[in-house]
Amino acid sequence: MAAAASMMPYFAQQISSKNDLVPDWMGQEVSTGTTIMAVEYDGGVVIGADSRTTTGAYIANRVTDKLTPIHDRIFCCRSGSAADTQAIADVVTYQLGFHSIELDEPPLVETAANLFKASCYRYREELSAGILVAGWDRRKGGQVYCVPIGGMMVRQPVSIGGSGSSYIYGFMDSNYKPDLTKDQCLDLTAAALSLAMERDGSSGGVIRLASISESGVERKVILGNQLPKYSTH
Amino acid sequence: MEKRCTDSQVKGVSTGTTILAATFDGGVVIGSDSRASIGGEYVSSKTINKVIQVHDRIFSCIAGSLADAQAVTKAAKFHLSFHSVQMETPPLVIAAASVLKELCYKNKDELQAGFITAGWDRKNGPQVYVVSLGGMLISQPVTIGGSGSTYIYGYVDAKYKPNMSKEECLQFATNALALAMGRDNVSGGVAHLVVVTESGVEHVVVPGDKLPKFHDE
Repeated sequence: MAAAASMMPYFAQQISSKNDLVPDWMGQEVSTGTTIMAVEYDGGVVIGADSRTTTGAYIANRVTDKLTPIHDRIFCCRSGSAADTQAIADVVTYQLGFHSIELDEPPLVETAANLFKASCYRYREELSAGILVAGWDRRKGGQVYCVPIGGMMVRQPVSIGGSGSSYIYGFMDSNYKPDLTKDQCLDLTAAALSLAMERDGSSGGVIRLASISESGVERKVILGNQLPKYSTH
Repeated sequence: MEKRCTDSQVKGVSTGTTILAATFDGGVVIGSDSRASIGGEYVSSKTINKVIQVHDRIFSCIAGSLADAQAVTKAAKFHLSFHSVQMETPPLVIAAASVLKELCYKNKDELQAGFITAGWDRKNGPQVYVVSLGGMLISQPVTIGGSGSTYIYGYVDAKYKPNMSKEECLQFATNALALAMGRDNVSGGVAHLVVVTESGVEHVVVPGDKLPKFHDE
């Protein structure tokens, strides 16, 4: 716990900020320090996120929706700077919508992921955005693509992101198995996000879940008092 | 995946590491990886043992600067054995933890080392104590430390239960270390585990190729 907080000499354990005259939020950019997750299953994807947006130590929005629709069956999960991710998502929504009209058919998830990658890579010096692109298309079914800071893109069956994700790598590695059902994916996502939200100060609030498949998008919210509980010790 | 800052603030050889200790019904399990590195670029030792015996039934795991940790444990072992001779009884686990804490707190400006102290004594049974970087001392049923521990907070929170059996606890500790070593580049090598109970001390070493494997390996 405290020993693990960091290797930095004694900054890590202060109870309050150094300067109490100026509120913390006046100097900080709005960030979705966050936990996001996306899992593929046979026939679709499940995506999930917490709901906290912070400016420094102030929670600017405790009911944020970080699961942003890009197209009918394609969503993105946003982490990093709130402004940057909203701007990129708007640009990609426009580009993908235009492309889909030209093609006269629903766009591929891989196309959406490549559009995100193109923007994140070109402007990598100015941006601070970690994005998970997930959705369903007719060609390859459910897919999850990870576009972290820096602008690489890779497809993974399960992917986590955001500041809270560090705490759940071990849980994910041990609990994910290939060929889970949709309900198992929803349970796994809810459990993983709860664990991260309990440990990461920048993640919290409610859990927003969505499952995307051929038949459409189902959204769910798990409220704070309904979260799976783990801190019994 | 988030970009993580891996600049080590520790000069020289550091145990960028994963250490843990957990109580079970009748004893404690203490474990660590075995890698010592310089700033995440060079592994200076693949096989160091970070679980140090400070008394018959009390062990400490070290994290941070290896030099600082070795100096502090050497001083602590001396203080503890002297205390034990004076009291004519084996020391309490909290005594061992307090000795480490005093050294860490009084010298906080110069030191960069944290400890997990765990063991068994007649008065309070199995216990685990954490002495952190600035010298705070607290007791917990299970605790993890070192750079690799960030990746297993979720796993430990979900999987640890109080009063497990010895075998369950050993499996839990092995899995936790394997998961952390799989994600943290400055943790690795073999898993050193020590089981301390009233009846004695058992050392278990799990070599790298015998560690549990997970879905993507």
